[in-house]
Amino acid sequence: MSIGQTFLGLLESGPRHGYDLKKTYDDRFGHARPLHYGQVYATLSRLLKDGLVELDGVEPGEGPERKRYAVTSAGVSDVESWLASAEKPEPYLQNTLYTKVILALLTGRSAADLLDVQRAEHLRLMRELTRRKAGGDLADNLICDHALFHLDADLRWLELTAARLDDLGRQVRA
Amino acid sequence: MTGQPLLEADGLHKAFGPTKALDGASIAIRAGEIVAIMGPSGSGKSTLLHCLAGIVRPDSGHVRYQGAEISAMTDGERSALRRTQFGFVFQFGQLVPELTCLENIALPLRMEGVRRREAEARAAEWLDRLDLADVGRKRPGEVSGGQGQRVAVARALVTRPRAVFADEPTGALDSLNGERVMRLLTEAARETGAAVVLVTHEARVAGYSDREIVVRDGRTRDIAREMEEAL
Ligand SMILES: Nc1ncnc2c1ncn2[C@@H]1O[C@H](COP(=O)(O)OP(=O)(O)OP(=O)(O)O)[C@@H](O)[C@H]1O
Ligand SMILES: [Mg+2]
Repeated sequence: MSIGQTFLGLLESGPRHGYDLKKTYDDRFGHARPLHYGQVYATLSRLLKDGLVELDGVEPGEGPERKRYAVTSAGVSDVESWLASAEKPEPYLQNTLYTKVILALLTGRSAADLLDVQRAEHLRLMRELTRRKAGGDLADNLICDHALFHLDADLRWLELTAARLDDLGRQVRA
Repeated sequence: MTGQPLLEADGLHKAFGPTKALDGASIAIRAGEIVAIMGPSGSGKSTLLHCLAGIVRPDSGHVRYQGAEISAMTDGERSALRRTQFGFVFQFGQLVPELTCLENIALPLRMEGVRRREAEARAAEWLDRLDLADVGRKRPGEVSGGQGQRVAVARALVTRPRAVFADEPTGALDSLNGERVMRLLTEAARETGAAVVLVTHEARVAGYSDREIVVRDGRTRDIAREMEEAL
């Protein structure tokens, strides 16, 4: 997640203090993983150095909270090109579940049991997210759905693998 | 598990010719809980649901509703049980094409002998709550798949059943409509205290349940419970 570009985007609606940026970021994007103050001020000083933000005013007194930041036009183009460029998809080719299935087959343990146990665990989290969606707003629903679709993909893969276990076992041990 | 389950199947066997659809399946559903039945295609999920609902008679094993053996009932008793205590939602093809959506929802009440005006007034309340006010006068052939499934949910719940049987209720819908149907079904079931037996192979649909039972080769497993007991 690019904190810098996200800050620039949040600053487009007007100058803000570092604390305010952190709070908005945590509310919208943190999802129980808030930013550290260290991250916030390191990011802001980098943006400042790169000319993507500028100080909008420094109030007298001590501490970092005196500073208000504004996005520069270079900063606006930076967010714009970030939003317009494609994210690299996750390759998904290193996967612990995959390793476990193959290792179970290689060592003569039950891969079917492993898949059953994992399904139960995935479904437990999916229920939690589904319940959270019932009480949340639409923006929160979106991130829950993002997680739910990925968990769902894992489970589809598990079901397909379960259906192929016999053939797979023969090939892996051959 | 405390107290008597609402619905209970024990050691069910059912063969269709040489095919063993159920091979020792057991499940217990408590009042008001939502249970997903999952498992691969052909594993026996629908057959289990049909046995639980008294639609299919198992070759052996027991199905009890509130302690009463369903297979010991007469056909008349069994269809009265289905009419008054159970509701059904299937993947498609469950609405009567000649009736309007409003009449479809009212139908289970009419079959119980409720007068037309009252049945349709109660059906209309469901139309409102399921956001279907403008489809009431249309026939099932004239509404979208998602609207049709919501009509089916209303029809299943209009008699305030104790148990709703849903077999792939979102199977023919896209994600957005599937979510809408599942929300309405589970919220309405929670509100009226109905238990839901939900057959699905989709994990996102099973996410609306309280727990899942997995069927494989006609046998049931409660993996989450086995995991807890193993701790
Ligand atoms: N009426 C029937 N006549 C003959 N065979 C049947 C009948 N109903 C089910 N079967 C067979 O019994 C087995 C279990 O079928 P069932 O419909 O219960 O599976 P399912 O788990 O619901 O599958 P799906 O996910 O594809 O709906 C299958 O092999 C099926 O072909
Ligand atoms: Mg089926």
